[in-house]
Amino acid sequence: MSRTTTDLLYLVTIVTFILALRFLSSPKRARQGNLLGAAGMALAIAVTLLQEGLENFVWIGIAMAIGAVIGVVGARSVKMTAMPQMVALFNGVGGGAVALIALAEFHNLTPLPGELSAEESITILLSALIGSISFSGSLVAFAKLQELLSGRPIVYPGQQFVNAGVLLTALVLGGLIVAGAEGDLFVVALIVAALAFGVLFVLPIGGADMPVVISLLNAFTGVAASAAGFLLHNDVLIVAGALVGASGTLLTLMMGRAMNRSIGNVLFGAFGSVQAGAGPAALEDGRSVRATTAEDLAIMLGYARKVVFVPGYGLAVAQAQHDVRAVAEQLEAKGVDVLYGIHPVAGRMPGHMNVLLAEANVPYDQLKEMDEINPELPQTDVVVVLGANDVVNPAARSDPGSPIYGMPIIDVDRAATVVVVKRSLSPGFAGIDNPLFYEPKTSMLFADAKKALEDVGAALKTL
Amino acid sequence: MNETLVFELTILVLAIFLGIEVISKVPTMLHTPLMSGTNAIHGIVLVGAILVAGRAGADTLTLVVGFFAVVLGTANVVGGFVVTDRMLEMFKQRRPRKTE
Repeated sequence: MSRTTTDLLYLVTIVTFILALRFLSSPKRARQGNLLGAAGMALAIAVTLLQEGLENFVWIGIAMAIGAVIGVVGARSVKMTAMPQMVALFNGVGGGAVALIALAEFHNLTPLPGELSAEESITILLSALIGSISFSGSLVAFAKLQELLSGRPIVYPGQQFVNAGVLLTALVLGGLIVAGAEGDLFVVALIVAALAFGVLFVLPIGGADMPVVISLLNAFTGVAASAAGFLLHNDVLIVAGALVGASGTLLTLMMGRAMNRSIGNVLFGAFGSVQAGAGPAALEDGRSVRATTAEDLAIMLGYARKVVFVPGYGLAVAQAQHDVRAVAEQLEAKGVDVLYGIHPVAGRMPGHMNVLLAEANVPYDQLKEMDEINPELPQTDVVVVLGANDVVNPAARSDPGSPIYGMPIIDVDRAATVVVVKRSLSPGFAGIDNPLFYEPKTSMLFADAKKALEDVGAALKTL
Repeated sequence: MNETLVFELTILVLAIFLGIEVISKVPTMLHTPLMSGTNAIHGIVLVGAILVAGRAGADTLTLVVGFFAVVLGTANVVGGFVVTDRMLEMFKQRRPRKTE
């Protein structure tokens, strides 16, 4: 296949990618869009394999078979609740692929003395650096979400200096490569330093901030793919990488805005480590909480006119999305108005709660975003907070000393009564004490969200 | 700076603006599939990996590195699209809820 034909067919692929993203503007056509994107991807791969002068088909075939098995098995077997870590993992492997491409290209180009242009060396540097950071950073994010590592920020004295030192080392190595240093070891060392930086950079970021990290690393892989496109003079890589980079950056900024925190604060603030332990201390100062039972909650809900569920990460952990829908349906059968209040950063991925509730077949029109649900809350009889914490913390509104002061929240404390379903009084991932729990109108149901909802469902049947 | 580079930079800048334009129309509800979908799209690096692994006269190091790049790239593409499809399957059209 000639270069012109190849490039024209790549253009078709670019169009399918743009349409795939365009179709994501409504749930109706989103799935078709994704299939279209997949078809475009298949076309690009086929076109590449048919390119003139390509060799080593056996190697490529075996590698693709292995990769495909990993991809299908991983993607098919993962539970919906484990999606954030799966997305992190697939993001990482893409970054890793780019770093390896950079290494192979450098190795290929350097035996020719003086032929490595500034353009080539800079794109090799960028692909290796960003790809590696994305790879190791995503693996750490995966480990944190999978709870192989603590979700709490991991901090130690002088951390910023160590991180800066490692990044500087990587950049100096990159500088040497651009300055003309030859030898694969330089690129290998650059990749190692960048991998180390990726790990160190994500370790101090708390579990609650993972949505921001994952979308940032997603942008990183996009940028790395674009850099690889410059390296290989391949337009489809440049465009696809740019689309992903723009998307990831935009999502990162949107989430920062939703939390009213700068991206710098999210990434370098080691958020949630400062106040660790504030929960028990607050208990000792004499405030008390009121505990309730599933039976009482069932009665409260059964006789309410309007109920709002506010889900958070706890719902995902407990995999209680089907149970909440079941309870909601029982309530609707009794003529209770049921809505869900979704905070933009609830969960571990942007829009995480929407996916979970969609899995449980909750009708879209019951899902209300923060701005839509807040005006409804003063007329709401009962709010049930399911495993959410920081996104309903009134300290964000009232306490200028709180680390989350200024973050827009769901104003559950404006409803007539609030029931918080939570496993214990411990503060959430962000480690911030929540005054909501001590309010007179609040009662706590100490249980796993799934167990609690099952019990409520059973009690509702006998009502 | 040669002509190719200028041309590629032009494409890059236009693609970034196009990306921002298209993505800002995606509703919050679909942000998770968006992330997963763009994740699948950057699997396009597989094309680069194949080009590197399949280059004529590649030595052992290139072959081995290229081999692993193709494995990772394929896992990215296949995993990315399958996960996204599984998510979007849940957003299928439902009959509107009956009003009480």
